[in-house]
Amino acid sequence: MALLEINDLTVHYGRIQALHGISITVEEGEIVSLIGANGAGKTTTMRAIAGLLGSSGGSITFEGNDITKMKGHTRVAHGISLTPEGRGIFPAMTVVENLDMGAYARKKDPKAYAEDLERVFGLFPRLKERAKQLGGTMSGGEQQMLAIGRALMARPRVLLLDEPSMGLAPQFIRQIFAIIEEVNKQGTTVLLVEQNANQALKRADRAYILETGAITREGTGAELAADPAVKAAYLGAD
Amino acid sequence: MLHALVAESWLTFHWSDFLSNFWNATFDGLTFGAIYALVALGYTLVYGVLNLINFAHSEVFIAGAYAVIFTLSGLGFGPSPPTLSPIAIIGDLLVALLAGALTSAIVALLVERIAYKPLRARNAPRLVFLITAIGMSFVIQYAFFLWRGAVAEPSVTMYQDKAIFIVFGSTIYLSQLIIVGAAVLMMVGIDQLIRRTRIGRGIRAVAQDPDTATLMGVNRERIIMTTFVIGGALAGAAALFYVMKVPQGVIYNGGFILGIKAFTAAVLGGIGNIRGALLGGLLLGMIGNYGAYLLGDAQWIDVVSFIVLVLVLMVRPDGILGSNLGKVRA
Ligand SMILES: Nc1ncnc2c1ncn2[C@@H]1O[C@H](COP(=O)(O)OP(=O)(O)OP(=O)(O)O)[C@@H](O)[C@H]1O
Ligand SMILES: [Mg+2]
Repeated sequence: MALLEINDLTVHYGRIQALHGISITVEEGEIVSLIGANGAGKTTTMRAIAGLLGSSGGSITFEGNDITKMKGHTRVAHGISLTPEGRGIFPAMTVVENLDMGAYARKKDPKAYAEDLERVFGLFPRLKERAKQLGGTMSGGEQQMLAIGRALMARPRVLLLDEPSMGLAPQFIRQIFAIIEEVNKQGTTVLLVEQNANQALKRADRAYILETGAITREGTGAELAADPAVKAAYLGAD
Repeated sequence: MLHALVAESWLTFHWSDFLSNFWNATFDGLTFGAIYALVALGYTLVYGVLNLINFAHSEVFIAGAYAVIFTLSGLGFGPSPPTLSPIAIIGDLLVALLAGALTSAIVALLVERIAYKPLRARNAPRLVFLITAIGMSFVIQYAFFLWRGAVAEPSVTMYQDKAIFIVFGSTIYLSQLIIVGAAVLMMVGIDQLIRRTRIGRGIRAVAQDPDTATLMGVNRERIIMTTFVIGGALAGAAALFYVMKVPQGVIYNGGFILGIKAFTAAVLGGIGNIRGALLGGLLLGMIGNYGAYLLGDAQWIDVVSFIVLVLVLMVRPDGILGSNLGKVRA
């Protein structure tokens, strides 16, 4: 049984159809990448999985349970955590307060909380140095670390990352991807949306190509990275 | 020439009155300001989570004032001071406070469920919310009009007010100490609630980024309801102090002017900003009173308050403490 299974999912914005029946499977322990150009529907897919958007058809199954109609705010407690596009840092909260929000849905357990905080600070020492800084005044790269750290505070079973490398300098991008791999090694399944196809395919067990709301190719990361059509469309520049 | 004559006849400055009554005006202004501040919190909290000016909040307030006055007359209070022991009076006032807070909280919650929630579900544009808010304000106002008529409720006196001490030659009354003391205490309580509790974190998260709040597991709809309840309860508490200060002021449209002043206070301090509401309320209370003494008539309080509103909106729409993130910042 797959951890997360999206079956023939359609999403509409009013009358405009953004997803035309996509199917994606994420197995426990994998890193799965979803690659696509601007406007392909990557964010729409992630928001539908996280429950921020309703779907107009198809189903989403998580750990064997149909969660298609489950309310968005209850999904994180079931183990689905999204780091949204643009990071979604609470600007007027400090770094620690932002991390606290990540644990909002969990039962109060000071010991587990302290452990998780240590783990996040271990992955991102920068966050510890900036513990009292307001989220809104952090740099883009720091905010991305904070967003990932915050998502980890929920102890997710699957971590959804929507363009974590967006707007970051190359050394930050490398660092973020290294940490995604590290988090995955520690046992968290990852579904990764990227335009940075090079890195995303290199790190992924499997990947899907999304074009104008439909999946056009899927395979292992290596297969897709070697595919001439994928190369031409997504791997040209770097 | 004619122009100057007309102007002179209605606008004269009473500098000596103003200066001799300065401290008086200050302390009494602070008392009114404390009431404005409590009501202002309701505007600010709702604005924080919904980006909406709940114009029906003035009626949420007056509903509490009706509850306070009904409760007190039910407990035997009348126009002349009661002959009960201080302990009994305090007990009765606490009951009235509870009745006011509860009534206002319920009315606030009803307004949210009936007027705003269905619009949210339909993703209605901003303007629709605004019109609905004003509509709700009128509906409640005229419901009270049909029920109680166009006359004020008979006044009740809660206790024999008395002078406590003198500061800068100005007498401080028991009522002033009670109102300012209790209001500041409540404001501090709310400030702490917003900063330190789980509910407070939820409110701040929804105010700063509703979608991300949902991702964190915050139930936005429940936070919105909670916010209306808290704002309503504070308005109901303010209603007790209002009746204490203005016993003849409980009338169907009695919330209107006070509501605008409380809204002005919220904007003056920085809308969405908890501490701003306190600062704005106290300042506006003083400014209004200074205007009244300077211009020689209490009627000027309202005019001066509205001028403050217009000036703030023109010169510094973010208020003194700023609503720079447009968010509830504890
Ligand atoms: N709120 C909305 N209302 C209407 N259309 C929308 C809305 N959000 C997205 N869309 C449309 O849906 C399509 C998919 O958008 P989406 O944001 O999912 O793309 P994306 O793959 O994440 O793109 P990007 O790489 O630019 O982030 C686009 O055509 C977009 O214009
Ligand atoms: Mg996107």
